[in-house]
This record gives sequence, structure tokens and C-alpha cells, in this order.
Amino acid sequence: MAPRAFNNFFAKHYKKHPFFLQVFLFLFPFVFFPLIDKNIYHIDLMTNVGIYVLLAMGLNVVVGFAGLLNLGYAAFFAIGAYTYALLNIHWGISFWIGLPLAGLLSMFFGLVIGIPSMRVRGDYLAITTLGFGEIIRIAFNNLDAWTGGPNGLLGIDRPAIGPWRFSVNPTPYFYLALFLVAVTAYLLFRMSDSKIGRALVAIREDELAASCMGIPTLKVKLYAFGLSSFIAGVAGALFASKQTIITPDSFDFVLSVLILAMVVLGGMGNIWGSALGALVLGVLPEVLRGFASYRMLIFGIIVILMMSFRPQGILGGQLIRRELNSRHKEAGDAAS
Amino acid sequence: MAPQVELFLQQLLNGLTIGMVYALIALGYTMVYGVIQLINFAHGDVFMVGAYLALSVIWLFMSFLPGASFLVMLLAVFILSMLGAALLGGAIEKIAYKPLRHSPKLTALITSIGVSFFLQNAVMLLVGSREQGVPEVVPTTRFNLGAFSFSLIQLIIFATALSLMFFLTWFVKSTKLGKAMRASSENMDAALLMGISVNRVIRATFAIGSALAAVGGALFCMYYGSINFHDGYLAGLKAFTAAVFGGIGSIPGAMLGGILLGVFEALGAGYISSEWKDVFAFLLLGAVLLFKPSGILGENLPEKV
Repeated sequence: MAPRAFNNFFAKHYKKHPFFLQVFLFLFPFVFFPLIDKNIYHIDLMTNVGIYVLLAMGLNVVVGFAGLLNLGYAAFFAIGAYTYALLNIHWGISFWIGLPLAGLLSMFFGLVIGIPSMRVRGDYLAITTLGFGEIIRIAFNNLDAWTGGPNGLLGIDRPAIGPWRFSVNPTPYFYLALFLVAVTAYLLFRMSDSKIGRALVAIREDELAASCMGIPTLKVKLYAFGLSSFIAGVAGALFASKQTIITPDSFDFVLSVLILAMVVLGGMGNIWGSALGALVLGVLPEVLRGFASYRMLIFGIIVILMMSFRPQGILGGQLIRRELNSRHKEAGDAAS
Repeated sequence: MAPQVELFLQQLLNGLTIGMVYALIALGYTMVYGVIQLINFAHGDVFMVGAYLALSVIWLFMSFLPGASFLVMLLAVFILSMLGAALLGGAIEKIAYKPLRHSPKLTALITSIGVSFFLQNAVMLLVGSREQGVPEVVPTTRFNLGAFSFSLIQLIIFATALSLMFFLTWFVKSTKLGKAMRASSENMDAALLMGISVNRVIRATFAIGSALAAVGGALFCMYYGSINFHDGYLAGLKAFTAAVFGGIGSIPGAMLGGILLGVFEALGAGYISSEWKDVFAFLLLGAVLLFKPSGILGENLPEKV
């Protein structure tokens, strides 16, 4: 009767804490990764994948849940990275305080951009964020006195726990990234199952109907945008502390598109989908070493083909599939 | 003439010149948006491909017909790059956007980013990632009006862009296809019921927009003397800003928006800082969205439901 008892135990606890168990089951195996594969280079790669997963999950909130397009996502990542770097270099603020501050400042910028562009029309947001991404990159490039210009900032402190400080060894970073991914995934699952998560999906499906149901659409969209920027800022701080050197070049449009491709590939609106997309596109370049120069070309083709043949992505759910595949939409939908 | 006035006029002229190029690109954005409400991100890259086509034609002329008069060469450059870009635009529409005609906007928008990425990297793999120099085909004659002077290439840009704009205005207003375009952008379903082949109209819109962008690309690469595979991205972004500034969906709006944006940018670069030149366009975009989202000449349509 042992399996039965296990099943009962599992069913009971899954019902009670479905997201906690899901996150645990999916991410716990990764705890063993550095123990099995001792190649430092591979651990470093997986740490970067962890940062990509954070970014893809964050972008998914806006693109997948709310159906809005953010094309300057790298800018929020950059703001997070520079916030922590500047706070640390000028005032010696530690990583653990810099991390939430980076998220908050990034969120602030997200709201500043989001308010004017979302007031008008959804697809303007795409272009405003794209312009914002350029402004941020040019600003970091030109404000030499603050940001070191094209040379960037160097000598950013690594995180420390008590007297023990992280070193070049990527393993602690790997666990830190894994931890942040787990926390983010858990919170996003909770969010997607909450009133706000459902409101977001309702807006994505039919904004007019949602607002008729009494959903404050602008507020909810801004909430999603702010949350998404916050996650990017946190990922940026982690990135800055890991690299210890940041330059404006690391945050260009290509990165924004890369993250978008991850979200699209995994499945818009699916939290594990974003993680899977980030894992695939993060590891792919290593697998396809010989095709390095074709990488970006292949990303472009992946995005086009996915949109034509499987717009819901690898792990896309029923709901988003129905929505994205609908051939015979009401006339109103095409016009809105 | 006082030197300040001279500087101002010179900056104004530079701004008008580049504004003409922005206007030519912006027309493609605004026409496509008018018909299928898609922000076609790949349009800037079509412009870049047009510039490379122009460069190829110039090379062909240089190697096979070195004695040809520059006017003949210019004509060939325009016609061939327009044809090539029109084919490319039509092909992009057929392969990438047509299957998504009834999908949500976000799907097509993401596809257009994929197309843009594809074009950029395909060109990069074909010709390499470094800046390509464009041979000087237009004589560097300068005309002087008092202290104020302009070059022959600037004159050519003005003449070409303005005549194409007049032609386009006539085309959209008076020809059958132009009328079909306007009808389709007004109400696609009604146009379909009136027997207009909407698919053909959309393909033609893409082709015409791409051809105009290619002329812009040809002029751009001859004016600056160089072209790079990612030039299309920034130029496209600015042209889109111009289209929004003028009122997206409006053809005269795109022309006016492009020209004004060019002037705004040149004056900003001349009087404030040339390092921040690229930022002005985006700040303008933000301001337009904040204060007059319908643009200068755009109709203030409430969002259709």
C-alpha cells in the first residue's frame, strides 16, 4: 500500500500547495547540476541561463499575460545592472540591499514609460519601449562622468554572506540564480492565479469586455508592466555582481529580441514555457558552436515559423492557442 | 550674411535633406498601418536592403560601363533597387504576414520583428558586418546662393523625394489601385464586399512602400557615402516616429512628419549636442504620444471596438 499512501500524501499536499510543489519538482533537480557536471564553464553557462530565465519570466508577464509588447526589455535589465553598480561603487551599498533597489528603480522607469504609451494604444507601447531602450543605451554611452561611457563600470562588488565573499567561481552564483528563479516562478504562479493574473488574461483576450466587467484595465496593465520591469532590474543586479564589469553594449536591442524569442518559443503566457525557451535558446549557441554566425539568423526564422505554425509556443496552453489561432475572429477584434 | 544665420540655414538644409529620406521611409509605415494596422518593423530593413541593391547596381555600372553618364546610372539605380525592394516587400507579405491575416495583432508584430532580424542577419552574412563605402557617383558640384550653398546630391534628393511624393499622392487619389487602397483602409470587409481583391491591395501596398523605402535607401547611401547592415534599424525607427508624428495612416502626415523630424534632429544636433542626436527623435515620439497621440495630420479616431 506504499504507493497508494504516497499518492494520497502527494495529492493532499499538491492540492494545498500546488505551485510550491511544482516549482520544487521542476527546479530541485538543477540543485545537483554543479555536483554532476564539474566543468566550471558549463556551470557559468547555466548561471547565465538562470539570468535569461528570470528575464524571460519577467517579459512573459507583459507579453504573455497582458498581451502587450515590450521591445526595450534590455533597458530595464540595464537600469537594474547600473543601479546596483553605481550604488555599490559610490556608496559601497551591499548586493543584498542593491538587489531590491535595482528592481524598484527599474520598476519606476517602467511606470514612467508605461503610463503615456498605454493610455493611447497597445501597439504604441512596442515602439515607445523600443525608443526607450535606445535612449537608455545612448545615455549610458554618453554620460561618461557617471557611467564610464563605452568603457562601462568596473570593480563592482560580488555578493557577500557574512565574511565570505563570492569569487570568480560561478557555483555560488548558480545557486543564487536558481534561488531567484524559484522565488520568481513561485510568486508568478501565485500572481497568475490571483485576481490580477486573471484580470490580465481577461484583458489579453478582450480588453473591452474586461473593462465592462469592471476591471480597471489601465491599472492592471501598469501593474504587469511594473512587475515585469522589477524582475528585469533584479536580474540586472545579479548580472552586474556576477560580471563585475558592465558596458552599455551588453544591453542592446539584440538582447531584447533574444528574450522575446525565448518567451515566444516556450509559449506566451506559460511560466514554465518561458523558462524552457530561455534554457533552449541559452544553451543552443553552445551546442551549435560551428553555426555561431548563423545564430541570429536562426532566431529570426524561429520567430517567424513559430508565429505561423505554432503561435502558442512549445508549451502553450489551450487558452492561448485558441486565441492566437482563431481564424475567424469577430470583426471587432481585428479592428481593436 | 551673419554667420549665425548661415549656420542656421545650413543646419536647416541638412535637416530637410535627411527629412526627405525619413519621409520616403515613413510613407511605407503609414500605408501598411493604414491598410492592415500593422507596425511593420521589417520596413527599416527593407530600406537597408534597398541601399545595398543601389550599391550593387553602382558597382555593376562601375565595372561594366565605367563611362556611363551619372544620370543614366542614377536612373538605373533607382529603378532596379525599387524593383528589387518591391519584390522583397511582396514576398515578405506573402510568406510572413498573409498567413496571419486573422490572427491577433501581437502575432503579426512579433513576426515582423523576426523578419527584421532575418533580413539584417542575412545581409550581414552576405556582405559582412563592416561599413561598406559607396563610390562617389554624383559629382560633388556645389551651388552657391550668396553665402548659402548646397550640393548636387542634396538637389537630387529633394527632386526625387518630392516628385515621388507628388506621384504617390496622385496615385492614391486617382488610380483604381489607389482608390482600392483607400477603400481597404477605410473598411476592409466592406471593400471585400465591393469586389476589391483585398489581398492584392495589401500586397501592392507592401510593394509600393518597399519601393519608396528603397529609393530612400539609395539616396541615403549616396548622401552619406557608406552603408551598414544595421543602418536600417535606426532609420526605420526614426521613420516610424515620423509617421506617428505626422499621424499614422495619413500619407501627407508621413511626408510632413518625416521632413519636420529631419529638421528637428539637425537643429538639435547643431545647437544642443550631436552625441545625443538619436535621442531627440525618441523624445519627440514620447512627447507626441503624451500630448497629441493622433499626430499632426492624423484623424482623431476613437479606438474602434
